[in-house]
Amino acid sequence: MLVIEDVHTHYGKIEALHGVSVEVKKGEIVSLIGANGAGKTTLLMTVCGDPQASSGRVILEGRDITRRPTAEIMRSGISIVPEGRRVFPGLTVAENLHMGGFFNTKSEIRKSQQHVYELFPRLKERENQRAGTMSGGEQQMLAIGRALMSKPTLIILDEPSLGLAPLIIKQIFEIIAKLRDDGITVFLVEQNAHQALKLADRGYVLETGRIRLQDTGANLLANPDIQNAYLGG
Amino acid sequence: MATSNLKHALFCAIITLVVSYPILGFNLVSQGTSVGLEGANPTTVTAVFLAALAVFLFQLFRDQIMSGLGRVPKPALPTTRNMSDATRVRMQNLIILFVVIGAAIWPFLASRGSVDLATLVLIYVMLALGLNVVVGLAGLLDLGYVAFYAVGAYTFALLSQYFGISFWVALPTGALLAALFGLALGFPVLRLRGDYLAIVTLGFGEIIRILLNNWTSLTGGPNGIGGIPDPTLFGMEFGRRVKEEGNISFHDFFGIAYDSTHKIIFLYLIALVLAVMTFFAIRRLMQMPVGRSWEALREDEIAARSLGLSRTGVKLSAFTIGAFFAGFAGTVFASKQGFISPESFVFLESAIILAIVVLGGMGSQFGVILAAIAVTILPELAREFSEYRMLIFGAAMVLMMVWRPQGLLPMRRIHIHLDKPE
Repeated sequence: MLVIEDVHTHYGKIEALHGVSVEVKKGEIVSLIGANGAGKTTLLMTVCGDPQASSGRVILEGRDITRRPTAEIMRSGISIVPEGRRVFPGLTVAENLHMGGFFNTKSEIRKSQQHVYELFPRLKERENQRAGTMSGGEQQMLAIGRALMSKPTLIILDEPSLGLAPLIIKQIFEIIAKLRDDGITVFLVEQNAHQALKLADRGYVLETGRIRLQDTGANLLANPDIQNAYLGG
Repeated sequence: MATSNLKHALFCAIITLVVSYPILGFNLVSQGTSVGLEGANPTTVTAVFLAALAVFLFQLFRDQIMSGLGRVPKPALPTTRNMSDATRVRMQNLIILFVVIGAAIWPFLASRGSVDLATLVLIYVMLALGLNVVVGLAGLLDLGYVAFYAVGAYTFALLSQYFGISFWVALPTGALLAALFGLALGFPVLRLRGDYLAIVTLGFGEIIRILLNNWTSLTGGPNGIGGIPDPTLFGMEFGRRVKEEGNISFHDFFGIAYDSTHKIIFLYLIALVLAVMTFFAIRRLMQMPVGRSWEALREDEIAARSLGLSRTGVKLSAFTIGAFFAGFAGTVFASKQGFISPESFVFLESAIILAIVVLGGMGSQFGVILAAIAVTILPELAREFSEYRMLIFGAAMVLMMVWRPQGLLPMRRIHIHLDKPE
């Protein structure tokens, strides 16, 4: 589905990623964990084409997207839930969802909207409320819902648990599991290593711009090094 | 609290004295060949001390005064809050219809001077509506908007001078050329935001003005270009005598006496039609996907891009469309004045247009129109205070920011509804 091959990314002269390779197979949940500044978000941004990789390749369903403009990448079946939710605060829930289906026809939007409301009944209740007035958890649901509106085959989540209460985090992760059951491939980037690995089919550990470890989610959870470094012993 | 206020008030009063006494308290008097210094008359000196006292008292009781200001009832504006979107739009259309009909009849009853002023108002309405796209909707701070206005005006002036092009050909040409300049400005500023964008657009506005000022062989430099022809009505001219072969004059055709107000009224009506067209074109654009993408980019650039919107396309379209309407306004302006020079396109114009957009309420078309009328007419009414016009303008801006920071008529979004399947 998504193959990242030996990607190097620079911010000006500084190299942030030193040859990262990650593969996400169809129907999987793959988690990428790592500390602050490890390059998790940089990797995601590279997939989205801003900044573009200075060397290496990003391949989405057999197509090389390394040098494609961001707008084109975001319209080719990939959806991202950006870090910090980034819903449009002045728009209502329905309008936010509508924006998610910007390039789809009205009937497609209507169908995806129904689907999102089934997934998040909470959003249906708040349909006409301004997104900025909702709680963090609800906004996160909306951000995920908005990303689903374009009917992606691959959804990328950047820190969906950021700043949320444990109970809400649990709900969000349940939804992510449900997405996989619906046939959507999930690439999850998290600092909340425990939850992320528990859910993941496979996981990668990113450290200062390099992949340190890769294994199944369960194996990584059981790995004593990981436990020490990321799970608080 | 009280002591700190006292200290602050003393400080402010002293600053007032230090600044104003040397300027107002002394006069330069020529004594033969040399210049001597002389104390000003006692009333001026008293006034300076009174001003310092006023500043002292204001600063001392600032908290009380400001809280008192806050309690002043805010000007109540008609609210349409409880109306559904559909009724509001229908009512708006009705009001627009009446206003336009009224505006079309009005010049036949009004004086020549006021019609001329109203034409200027309509030009500012066009400019402000155009800038509203760039600043209010797309959130790109443009301080050089007057450049596109100049492009429109100079396109008409130069084409008519060198090629004898008429107003009706120059109108779309000027607008398209201005749009092209908008596009040209858009490219280098694609990656810029906020302050940096403002500075570059400011520079662009100055470049255009300085170019016009110094390219003497083409534009006549500071002398400007005169003799710009008036618009014609289906080949009918409005002058006393026909200038061009084959044309006939308006008063001859209708067999009425020559009246110079005909031309003024005609220009006003052209400006009115163009302003109404601008209003509806932009309103339509706002409801189209391109309008929503402008707002999405303004609200949150990262979110907009994550949805697959192209930053390039959105920004360029905003700049281009905004510039297009400035070109319209510029052509009408050139035709109205009959003479243009770089003097008309200084930075202050950009600032005033921007002030109109901010005063009216960013993104709100009605607000912007209201503010354009107010900002253009009020200085004319206050002609006696001509020296203090900018002072009054500044005070009005400050008061607005205290009372209605969101503008005269803040923008109300028309909510997007999917028709619910039965």
